[in-house]
Amino acid sequence: MMLDVLLQGLLLGGLYGLFALGLSLVFGVMRLTNTAHGDFIVLAAFAAIAGLAVLAPMLPAGIAAPLLVAALLLPVSFGFGYALQRWVLNGTLGRDPLPSLVVTFGLSIVIQNLLLETFSADPRSIDSAGLSTASLALPGGVAVGALPVAILAFAVAATAALQWLFGRTSIGRSFRAVSDDREIAELMGLDARKVYALATAIAFVLIAAAGVLQAMRTTVSPADGPALLLFAFEAVIIGGMGSFWGTLVGALLLGVTQQIGFRLDPGWGIWLGHLAFLAVLVVRPQGLFPKTVG
Amino acid sequence: MAATVLPVHGVGTMRVVRATHASSAALVAGLAATALAATLPLWAPVDSASSWMRNFVEIACYLIFAMMWNLLAGYGGMVSIGQQAFFGLGGYAMLVLGNFAGVNAFVAVPLGALAAALIAVPVSFVAFRLAGGYFAIGTWVIADVFRLSVANVAAVGGGSGTSLTALRGIAKATRETSTFWLALVCVVAAIALVYLFLRSKRGLALLAIRDNEVAAESQGIDVRGMKLAVYVVAAFGAGLAGALYFVGNLRISPDAAFSVNWSAFAIFMVVIGGIGRIEGPIVGTLVFWLLNHFFSDYGTWYLLGLGTLAIVTTIFLRQGLWGFAQQRWGWSLFPTQRFLLP
Repeated sequence: MMLDVLLQGLLLGGLYGLFALGLSLVFGVMRLTNTAHGDFIVLAAFAAIAGLAVLAPMLPAGIAAPLLVAALLLPVSFGFGYALQRWVLNGTLGRDPLPSLVVTFGLSIVIQNLLLETFSADPRSIDSAGLSTASLALPGGVAVGALPVAILAFAVAATAALQWLFGRTSIGRSFRAVSDDREIAELMGLDARKVYALATAIAFVLIAAAGVLQAMRTTVSPADGPALLLFAFEAVIIGGMGSFWGTLVGALLLGVTQQIGFRLDPGWGIWLGHLAFLAVLVVRPQGLFPKTVG
Repeated sequence: MAATVLPVHGVGTMRVVRATHASSAALVAGLAATALAATLPLWAPVDSASSWMRNFVEIACYLIFAMMWNLLAGYGGMVSIGQQAFFGLGGYAMLVLGNFAGVNAFVAVPLGALAAALIAVPVSFVAFRLAGGYFAIGTWVIADVFRLSVANVAAVGGGSGTSLTALRGIAKATRETSTFWLALVCVVAAIALVYLFLRSKRGLALLAIRDNEVAAESQGIDVRGMKLAVYVVAAFGAGLAGALYFVGNLRISPDAAFSVNWSAFAIFMVVIGGIGRIEGPIVGTLVFWLLNHFFSDYGTWYLLGLGTLAIVTTIFLRQGLWGFAQQRWGWSLFPTQRFLLP
């Protein structure tokens, strides 16, 4: 029983980790808080759903169809994120957090209502050809879903890849440079606006992956975005800013806490997650694993 | 015009003037409008008076809430997406006092606001751990905690909410007129409170903090205490708006009371009108009301347009509509600055 709750919580946390990594990356590089983060995840999910419907005659049957659509969606999302940062969000950055907050919050409201107008308020999901119902039997009589395990594995891989990108590549070095001191980095020949755009583009690849997986695992509806944003944010704060592994661990802890709450009373899961977040904020405001990125 | 005479070296004496021609005119116009509104139940035809009064109460709540958000974000530099926490708390505190403690519901309105202000003190302890954009989302989480907590309290109807039974047995006309007058008093008091606060010495300290926190602290200003004071006053105002709204509405639910839309509307109104100036939320509320009046039938498109308008204003007209007017024509209805004239 306890083991089951723990496992389900970790699997849920894997998905939250994917939500949180993009938020952590964008905040780490340019101190931008994207309040539309959750809405972009939902938007990506609906884009995949629409893509599946439009391309249906050309797609192979089974699990290959959503994977193929996701493969198309990731580069589109990359370009979208790059353009959004380069030509809209860069202009809102500065010492005052208000402009970027208002613009992303405005985008959040616009996306929600655009999706509501286009797709109605009904929850939708992506058919994963039986993957979401398949389960793996573990010793001890516990069974776990195949799809959640795949999602957790993907989240771990994405965290490792981001950490490698940040710590070991020239792109990562430019991220760290503009994060530490934008002006000095620019004197060294970097164009901060392009570096920011690249970071947001990478975050949007994660957003697209998270959206598709969320829609495969459960359902999405146009108003889901804010809740996803809050989970992602809580994971970042619990984990401690500046370390992607910390963010993932924060997400796993949040998943386990919510799962314990859900088991006590279906109305308590999210509430208990919020309380855990507030407790960390009071007791250890720097998060559990604080580290400067890189 | 009230003027202080100052000796200035090399020039002779100079006067410190705080009023402008526009502000004197605005004061007269404001008093006339208030008098006209206050007597509305006496001269307006009964049918239309009822709908006007209901409209006014709703707009008054939006205006008070937006003014308090402007105080918090525009002057205190604390951008929050969680002020609906205090809006909902004000409403629920009013309802509990009225329904269960037998307090007159109209008296319970300021008491509800007081309750919201009291709760803001421990809440600030948690919220102030975060800054900037993370403060914004952190306050949103806190508001969500209140929503989920109230939804688990069976005595106030849980998730589906409950009705304000304290006003049972009062004639509809009496109830509507009393609510209208209360709303009018609250609006005038809120504007006066914010204006006088900003003109005072503490208001000057607040402006200094907004412009540069470190520099203000080095001049001996108690930054933390000042921020706490602003947070608590803003919570009081948000609670007042909430309590007033649900006296007019007679029905409350966690999803309505703690909806993030309250903060969304406040942010949009303040940004469109012009943040960091008292005229901003007033102009923004007027724009919001006009849009609501003509386009609210379009539902989602209306919200979509409002969000887009806020984005466009932020990118191209950072100072908002009133800020533009102020720069272009030098209008200032609520001057907080001091002019030095020979």
